[in-house]
Amino acid sequence: MRTAELVMAIVMAIFSAYLMWKSAELPIGWIPDEGPGGGFWPFWLAAAMLASCFSIIYKWVKKTSPLSRSTEIYMNAAAVKSFVLVAGSLIVTVGLFHIIGIYGALPLFLIFHVRILGGHSWSLTGLMAVITPVVTFLFFEIVLKITLPKGLTDEYFYPIFALFA
Amino acid sequence: MEIFGLLMDGFAIALQPLNIGLIIVGCALGLVIGAMPGLGSVNGVAILLPITFLVPPTGAIIFLAALYYGAMYGGAVSSIMLGIPGASTAVATTFDGRPLALQGHADKALIAAASASFVGGTISVVLFTFFAPPLANVALVFGAPEEFALMMLAFATFVGLGGDDIAKTIFSICIGLVLSAVGLDIMSGEPRLIFGDIPGFFRGINFLVLAIGIYGIGEMLWTIEETQATGGAKISEATVTFKRTMAALREILGAWKAGVMGSFLGYFVGILPAAGATPGALMAYGVAKQISKQPEKFGKGALEGVVAPEAANNAASTGSMLPMLTLGIPGSPTTAILLGGMVIWGLEPGPLLFVEQKEFVWGLIASLYAANLFALLINIAFIPAFIWVLKMPFTILAPIIFVLSLIGGYAPTQSLHDVWLMVGFGIVGYLMRKLDYPLAPAVLAIVLGPLAEPALRQSLLINDGSFMIFFNRPYSAPIMIIALILLFLPLIKIILGKIRGKKSTA
Repeated sequence: MRTAELVMAIVMAIFSAYLMWKSAELPIGWIPDEGPGGGFWPFWLAAAMLASCFSIIYKWVKKTSPLSRSTEIYMNAAAVKSFVLVAGSLIVTVGLFHIIGIYGALPLFLIFHVRILGGHSWSLTGLMAVITPVVTFLFFEIVLKITLPKGLTDEYFYPIFALFA
Repeated sequence: MEIFGLLMDGFAIALQPLNIGLIIVGCALGLVIGAMPGLGSVNGVAILLPITFLVPPTGAIIFLAALYYGAMYGGAVSSIMLGIPGASTAVATTFDGRPLALQGHADKALIAAASASFVGGTISVVLFTFFAPPLANVALVFGAPEEFALMMLAFATFVGLGGDDIAKTIFSICIGLVLSAVGLDIMSGEPRLIFGDIPGFFRGINFLVLAIGIYGIGEMLWTIEETQATGGAKISEATVTFKRTMAALREILGAWKAGVMGSFLGYFVGILPAAGATPGALMAYGVAKQISKQPEKFGKGALEGVVAPEAANNAASTGSMLPMLTLGIPGSPTTAILLGGMVIWGLEPGPLLFVEQKEFVWGLIASLYAANLFALLINIAFIPAFIWVLKMPFTILAPIIFVLSLIGGYAPTQSLHDVWLMVGFGIVGYLMRKLDYPLAPAVLAIVLGPLAEPALRQSLLINDGSFMIFFNRPYSAPIMIIALILLFLPLIKIILGKIRGKKSTA
């Protein structure tokens, strides 16, 4: 916890400084007859973020905040493993949205979670992997008329849409 | 009695077949979501908001408000049956609800929770009906300085009353506000904070991207770790028969005092942005114990210990809608998301709603009365169904929530850029939450940011850049002063503590 607290504060301090620099691309001062410039608001907020981070780091050095004294482990091996698997599966799935589309990626995501991580039967896995995309398609594409990403599979959907036209 | 006429018009809207249907579906879904460990109203509203574009705004908010209500009822189910709060708002319900269940009185605790929720909901909606119009009337004269002062007050409550680490709270508020500033500068139209010149940032960051990231993706990552650490909890059995229900109801009537007290307390605590249902329920539990004739029974299965917090958390959810509708300042993370939804639906939140969107406002208020009744009926009638929901393995629930989140992040803007951002926010939010960074202020901030910035800049412009404008107007001055006191409250406490410390050592 102790190390994680410091690392997070430093990372966020760097991010705050970056935000301040980025905000300063627009005028951060007073423009006559126009009021505060466009960068004014985010610049000072980012400055407040930076100040908060310094305060967290200061308390860490002085060991006055609970987390700076904590001897607990931030994430144990099991937690790291499940975090990497779950977060990784999400990143891969969104990546696959670009290529094989949502209807290709969602069944794979469900198979990974229900069968491989969850250890449920193949019949339940199959059922979920089939029903979820079908319900999604009917609800979003047909009822709500929201087009979901299909990647390379786009053209295969033309005949299906023709059925509902 | 103009209010009665308006309320009747509201009922005419709320009782339209479509809206009744939405209330019932919303309540039922809310009950299920609330009953699932780890998921509460805020998760349900964030994840399901994108699908409400199907119906008109009035229907959409009625649906989401019913869901909000239902979730407050449902949270008790898992608190009682599993001993794990279904949502943070139902933490206090575990204290006595769980012992009751272990003694074989799960049904009594569940019915007590449901009827207390009904009492809390009803009392608070009546209070709401009479408080809202006058408050909106006052707020009609508010200009940019007052609006900004109110938003300062909302953020200051998190710092002064939130109870989290001050630096981390301020960080969370500011990062939410900065993220809301991404896109085009509203006044000059210049591009601002376009990270890496990625075109997706020109549209700005939709509040839903952050809300679903945190309350969908981040929450699931959090719960997966929690369930791994604790293993499964044992589920209690509940025997529900008509005779037992009637006997339970008679006993519950005896705890009416705790229910009424909880309702009033919850309602007023709920109005404060940083407080809301969780502290409201905990406070109600504490007060109920103090006013009880048998305080020693608390923690061992006192019925009042279930009734008071459950009445309070429902009342708080109504309370949090009061500032949302009348002032345009949300009273809780859930109402912050509702407020963001109103902007998407093309409504301008704030007192003008009461003048220009009477149908919307009174339809919503009337629907709260109806939602309360339906939530009670559905809750009691389907207790076995909710217990079945609790038995659903998390390895099935989690992927479903992930899928809903991914689609929900895509649907409003139909851009994969937003889905990437959402996953990123979810992961970073989870890592920060583990280090006790409060995340609700960030969600509130990203919703209020686009309203706060122009209010501040306009105020400064009309007063040539002097911040004194906030202190020399009749309404903004007291609001701003209270905000500053709250903001510096932690500092004042430290100084007072030091002075006292010195005195005692001297």
